[in-house]
Amino acid sequence: MTDKYAQLVNHGLGRNVARKLGLPQPAALRRYQPGQPLITGPVLVQGSSAGADTLATELLSWDLDVRRHAVPREKLGAIILVLDEVERPEDLEKPILVAGASLRDLAPGGRVLTVSRPAPEADSPAAAAARQGVDGFLRSLAKELRAGATGNGILLAEGVQVTSPGALAAVRFFLSGRSAFVDGQFLKISSPAGELSHNPEQPLAGKVAVVTGAARGIGAQIARTLHRDGATVVLVDLPAAGEHLAAVANEVKGTALQLDITREDAGQRILEHAMQRHGRLNIVVHNAGITRDKLLANMDQSRWSSVININIVAQLRINEALLGSEHFRGAPRIVSVASTSGIAGNRGQTNYAASKGGVMGMVRASAPLLAAVGGSINAVAPGFIETEMTERIPFALREIARRANSLQQGGRPGDVAEAIAFLVSDAAAGINGEVLRVCGQNMVGA
Amino acid sequence: MSIEGQPTAGPEEQGTRPASTPSTRRAVIVGGNRIPFARAGGAYAKSSNLDMLTAALDGLIARFGLQDERVGEVAAGAVLKHSRDFNLTREAVLGSALSAETPAYDLQQACATGLETVVGLANKIKLGQIESAIAGGVDSASDAPVVVSEGLREVILDLNRAKTLPQRLQILSRLRPKDLAPLAPGTAEPRTGLSMGEHQALTTAQWKISRQAQDELAYNSHRNLAAAYESGFFDDLITPYRGLSRDGNLRPDTSQEKLAALKPVFGRNLGADATMTAGNSTPLTDGASTVLLASDAWADAHDLPKLAAVVDAEAAAVDFVHGKDGLLMAPVFAVPRLLARHNLTLADIDFFEIHEAFAATVLSTLAAWEDEEFGRTRLGLDGAFGKVDPARLNVNGSSLAAGHPFAATGGRIVASLAKQLHARGSTDGRPARGLVSVCAAGGQGVVAVLESL
Repeated sequence: MTDKYAQLVNHGLGRNVARKLGLPQPAALRRYQPGQPLITGPVLVQGSSAGADTLATELLSWDLDVRRHAVPREKLGAIILVLDEVERPEDLEKPILVAGASLRDLAPGGRVLTVSRPAPEADSPAAAAARQGVDGFLRSLAKELRAGATGNGILLAEGVQVTSPGALAAVRFFLSGRSAFVDGQFLKISSPAGELSHNPEQPLAGKVAVVTGAARGIGAQIARTLHRDGATVVLVDLPAAGEHLAAVANEVKGTALQLDITREDAGQRILEHAMQRHGRLNIVVHNAGITRDKLLANMDQSRWSSVININIVAQLRINEALLGSEHFRGAPRIVSVASTSGIAGNRGQTNYAASKGGVMGMVRASAPLLAAVGGSINAVAPGFIETEMTERIPFALREIARRANSLQQGGRPGDVAEAIAFLVSDAAAGINGEVLRVCGQNMVGA
Repeated sequence: MSIEGQPTAGPEEQGTRPASTPSTRRAVIVGGNRIPFARAGGAYAKSSNLDMLTAALDGLIARFGLQDERVGEVAAGAVLKHSRDFNLTREAVLGSALSAETPAYDLQQACATGLETVVGLANKIKLGQIESAIAGGVDSASDAPVVVSEGLREVILDLNRAKTLPQRLQILSRLRPKDLAPLAPGTAEPRTGLSMGEHQALTTAQWKISRQAQDELAYNSHRNLAAAYESGFFDDLITPYRGLSRDGNLRPDTSQEKLAALKPVFGRNLGADATMTAGNSTPLTDGASTVLLASDAWADAHDLPKLAAVVDAEAAAVDFVHGKDGLLMAPVFAVPRLLARHNLTLADIDFFEIHEAFAATVLSTLAAWEDEEFGRTRLGLDGAFGKVDPARLNVNGSSLAAGHPFAATGGRIVASLAKQLHARGSTDGRPARGLVSVCAAGGQGVVAVLESL
């Protein structure tokens, strides 16, 4: 699971050789550690709207070093382009070119963030053009950034202010090391709901979270991350995976629940366990999933049905049980793990992509049901993540998959877990029905 | 049945305990965890008793969220035990996720070790000495201690005491080639020289237990255990270990025909009357089990389930040395004494867990209880003690299918029975009752009654 190439080209001779030959030089990403500052270096807030002013004021209150005008040759931690009032494509020129002039000063691991509004909600063709223009601009800019810097965008739905909890939580997430492997993505804040945590180190304190597929890989890392952020974790996996599950449960001081999620009563069993042992259930992370790859021409019934049953049918059934229960009413949060395969497709994965596409469809359609009880449901779509599962991909294929993104490296299970921990926090309550890709801006798909 | 402090005791059950019983509170079974049992030399061939006991403990801790918990006391034991494991249970605690401030002790009563840890710790809880406890047991027939011969042992000890070179040479000259051969651990009874199987063969012949009846019992054990796995019964009783997620000895596809084809391995001197085969005897097995016990208050404060109460227990021993009774027949005497103390008969028991050391052990026990003369002359009753309904016997399989890592069997039975009782709930307006019976080497036996909560 180690990326030896990335290690080689980041040190001494290997670095020099790679530079001379023009080989990809994946940077060591700035990843979140408890206690570290949100971001180092000044944050340049560009834009002339009222939103830009209020955001700059808000960031000052976070003890960040905020600039409204660039100081030449001063290293910047982040550049935030507030474009929430653009009415015509011409409006983009000034703030974007001013920001562009500061790009050379962006520090390694820096951040570029746009704040704009969704194009489909625009009230004129010109406004929609300007808003959609931000989309194309940001995705291209993200591909120009180097040294582990990333570019992402926040979309504020009509009526949502830049100072709404969801928007501020998203700004915080994107500026922080938690978003290390999220690049070239837009995240929509659809409502002003939510509450910023008084305790940014433990935003999930007092919450009870269930993680399925928690014995290994990404699931185990999700459990660790939710625990680090203060949650009490119930770890679910197949009875046969119990040995690893128990080890992770003891590590995160949670409880292990050996359960096949495809059982008819799985949702009920999860609820019963959470209620009896922990008195509540606040968060469910549907992570359990399998691949049974085969070209469709060679696909048999068991490969197709097992993937569909485990990856999506079980989630639908469990959600139905949860939403039908009086114990899942207090601002519950669900996050499902999807996949970039479900967005862009992947040869040999018709079954898997159908299931993961299904996850995203389910998430969008379930958003109103969750909103009705003050909750939210979102999906995270990982790209190439370094796990035991991707370790089994043949070397050449793995190298291609690894490098085919703007950060030129695979993500870590922790990168997916960070995105999930963010989405299940109460601060992110205004984000509902969204799919957030954690893929380093993978070249495939949107 | 009267349990002090339990508000639901019916009027007809009052006054059945001796007046001298001190006022006590209830000890409850919260749940259990074991690793799947493996045939000796199989999946756990390289695992020590300490490894397996620690794994069983860690699975229990994970299931019930006991990380860093200071449990009142942990007791466990092993029948085949290295001398280096003099503090086996405490070492397992230190290697587990429990608080390092959890005390522990080792206990050994042959195959009754596991059940006796449950009984002893439950009593401590009832007396108010501790609030929580973990009972357990482990055994490895694969990683068994190998002992040097008496001759070599004496030479080594004398060498230690010698002061001069000539003394040392003189001592070494006593050594003979045969002294260098290691001794494998024996399962033979020290006073008779007979193995347990040969002892049971005598009892089997005495009670005229047929081959067919033994094979049928073995078949039912496999069938019941397989069905319990299929229904998910063990999902919260077992944590896989070293790639094994089900008992290695289980043969879900066995049949009475296959069992009937096996050759006898014990009592072969009986010729055509030999009935005991590898199929209707337990194999040498590796494994470990644990049971979480608590006071009501502790279980409630920790939001933990309460499956069953440990009502009472009884130990017995028989004089097998002089042939008065069979080696494994002590429970035949313990059960009537225990039930009498609570004014109960076999008909009042909803689930019987009679450890299947050999199919014939269970059948000999049942035969003795059904025998009028035995009831009158040996049990001091008016007639036969009674009959066990076969439909209530070992309903989730027992040692013939699961295997029998000696000290781990008691914990396996107690946790499974507690879950079964809890699922049944009440019967005829009273709590469901279960009887555990475990025979042991040295002519001993320990039995206990559990009651559903």
